[in-house]
Amino acid sequence: MQLGKVVGTVVLNNQNDTLNGVSLLLVQPISSSREPAGRVIVAADSVGAGVGEHVFFVRGKEASFPFYPTEVPADAGIVGIVDQWDIG
Amino acid sequence: MILARVVGTVVSTQKHRKLEGAKLLLVQPLTLEDTPRGGELLAVDGAGAGVGEKVLIVLEGRSASDAIGRKAAPVDAAIVGIVDTVDLPS
Repeated sequence: MQLGKVVGTVVLNNQNDTLNGVSLLLVQPISSSREPAGRVIVAADSVGAGVGEHVFFVRGKEASFPFYPTEVPADAGIVGIVDQWDIG
Repeated sequence: MILARVVGTVVSTQKHRKLEGAKLLLVQPLTLEDTPRGGELLAVDGAGAGVGEKVLIVLEGRSASDAIGRKAAPVDAAIVGIVDTVDLPS
């Protein structure tokens, strides 16, 4: 998983039925020093994260697990809101 | 699997139910020369690792879920061991 910061939201006009009701958030992956660590991605949210919050997200098929039994076509999913992190 | 160093800890109260009680650690993947290789990752701990230790990380979902004894947990990285020695006969 990676640390990230929620920077925005995405709303779709037309979508695959399996994405109905799935909240999509723009996430900037970050390093522990809060620097950007890669490009902004769109992640499916199942924990109720809001813009400005720090989260951690999973990639790949596991991103669809929180939505089981619906088979959501997601490859990135927010699985937790981060309260804090400590280095060292 | 890859080698990494545990560099920090993460606290998350609001998270997926399958991660309840799971220990979340920040790890830095390493080259064979022990220098950083790529960005940090957040991994669930399946081996009782502490900050500063060199560890073995599995980067596959099913394996990572098995490492913390849960079925179908939404994880893609887990610490599966603490490294004792790495030997590179030259």
